[in-house]
Amino acid sequence: MSKRRVLALLAVLALAVLAGAPLLGMGTMPLSVIWQPGGDTMEAEVFWRLRLPRVLLAFLAGAGLALGGMSFQALFRNALATPFTLGVASGASLGAAVYVRLDLLSGKSGGLFLFLERLGVSLFALLGALLAIGLVYGLSRARRGFSTSTMLLAGVAISFFFSSLILFVQYTSDFFNSFRILRWLMGGLSGADYWTALSVLVFTCAGGLVLLYLSRELNLLATGEDLAASRGVDVNRIKIILFLAVSLMVGGIVAVCGPIGFVGLMCPHICRLLIGPDHRHLMPATFLFGGVFLTLCDAVARVLFAPTEMPVGVLTAFLGGPFFLWLLLRGASEKSIL
Amino acid sequence: MTFPVIEIENFSFAIGAKQILRDVSLRVDSGEYWSIVGPNGAGKTTLLKCLVRIHTGGAGRIRLKGKVLGGYSQKELARLVGYVPQASGRLFPFTVREFVMMGRYPHLSPFSSVSREDEKTVQHALEVTGTAEFAERRLGTLSGGECQKVFLAAALAQGAGILLLDEPTAFLDYKHQAEILRLLRRLNKESGVTVVAVTHDINCAVLFSDRILAIKEGAVAFSGTPREIMEEEVLGRIYDASFHFMHDAETGASIVAPQGISL
Repeated sequence: MSKRRVLALLAVLALAVLAGAPLLGMGTMPLSVIWQPGGDTMEAEVFWRLRLPRVLLAFLAGAGLALGGMSFQALFRNALATPFTLGVASGASLGAAVYVRLDLLSGKSGGLFLFLERLGVSLFALLGALLAIGLVYGLSRARRGFSTSTMLLAGVAISFFFSSLILFVQYTSDFFNSFRILRWLMGGLSGADYWTALSVLVFTCAGGLVLLYLSRELNLLATGEDLAASRGVDVNRIKIILFLAVSLMVGGIVAVCGPIGFVGLMCPHICRLLIGPDHRHLMPATFLFGGVFLTLCDAVARVLFAPTEMPVGVLTAFLGGPFFLWLLLRGASEKSIL
Repeated sequence: MTFPVIEIENFSFAIGAKQILRDVSLRVDSGEYWSIVGPNGAGKTTLLKCLVRIHTGGAGRIRLKGKVLGGYSQKELARLVGYVPQASGRLFPFTVREFVMMGRYPHLSPFSSVSREDEKTVQHALEVTGTAEFAERRLGTLSGGECQKVFLAAALAQGAGILLLDEPTAFLDYKHQAEILRLLRRLNKESGVTVVAVTHDINCAVLFSDRILAIKEGAVAFSGTPREIMEEEVLGRIYDASFHFMHDAETGASIVAPQGISL
């Protein structure tokens, strides 16, 4: 199947999922609701105020997380590298946890105040993500010019360290805040509204455009930094741009949705199997597939134990764990990365 | 006035506290075939990497075609110099053709698509290196010899007039070694490509090169013609080993082997 065909199919699938997912949930939704946007029935309320922004958020967050994984796998030439394994997500989580601990999240709702509050969490999470990637970068820079394997190990170490800091922050919090942090760490989309969807739209699209623009450089970096340099890539500059773009993108998503793991690990690999490793095609494919994947996961998480719903992060981790093992067993071998 | 294509003057380079190259000077003229020999860890690879700015910094001066190395952008440099590293490490599952096409990177602008000319250059590089027949296979599935040829093809697609190669025949069987060396010689003689190849094989270096540079502990231990290096004293000094010379009666050529593994 030609690459264009695969992309077209993925686009159709994405549209179908975006149209279909809001209809799923507790109780079936009569289609008439959608044709009467002005209607103030209970169902219309649920559809327009809850489900639609949530589906949009799920799609955009999934797309962004998958793109984050795709670019880190190429940068590190490692099947297991994602912003999560490198500490970006735990950095963002720490930022958000600190924000909650400092009682800056008042719980009051409404209008501008809510917006500022959200902006605060995002800001803290972004700072956390940048702190993590800055530390990883600095550490591996100090030790022998920033080689990818040192960086990967540094990322794992920092990830553990930040996790323990999160536990500490949580331990010193009162019962209420502690629960909020815990709930946030599970990752979920239940707080979705148009504001959150919009903020994630900005992060994902900005990051995505950078990646699309640099897709040739990503290809070359994936063949090795030395080769990339000898082919004319300004390696250090491009790497810093990519790290910043991806960290900001993932930080922005994690700030809203919590750390939803394994999307960035699984989706790019599946897309590489579908369309090959050339990032000029892989990038749009991963965007679409990641979006579809998280939207479907969230739909399942909403419906499976209805009327209770499961945080979507639990479901993705449930799928991702075995996938991770499968990658290891399949032998992300010496010679080839998947 | 024509400038030498590569001119290195008193170049020293350190990684951290470790001094890798000391006071190296080298002058390569257009169309020459140079081999760089020397013990393991002498700094041969580092020298090549400095020339394509994989490593930056260092003291002294490097000029390419009369212009200081720092005066080139990375893309300009890539249009001038092709680099073939030792094929190793993890490879992304690109197809051979996709990989060779990446050699065209320095000729492309961000959103321009691949032109007919790019495609022709790539096809030519594939055919010259004998890799066209497996152009659609994925990199991870290739043998060592095939892989090395693909790396060479990608550097050729770059269209550079200077080729730097890091042990292009290491780990290859005789058939593949011969194919690669013949190809390099043809590029050198017919297309006028300047070749600088790091090698451990003195005999090949002597057979193929116009000139040979030997590096020992980061410094130049010898620079001259193949004939001049084939002296027991010279080789002994470079490698801290004794050598045994054998002469081919028919051609008068000498072949050298270290004492202890020769008869």
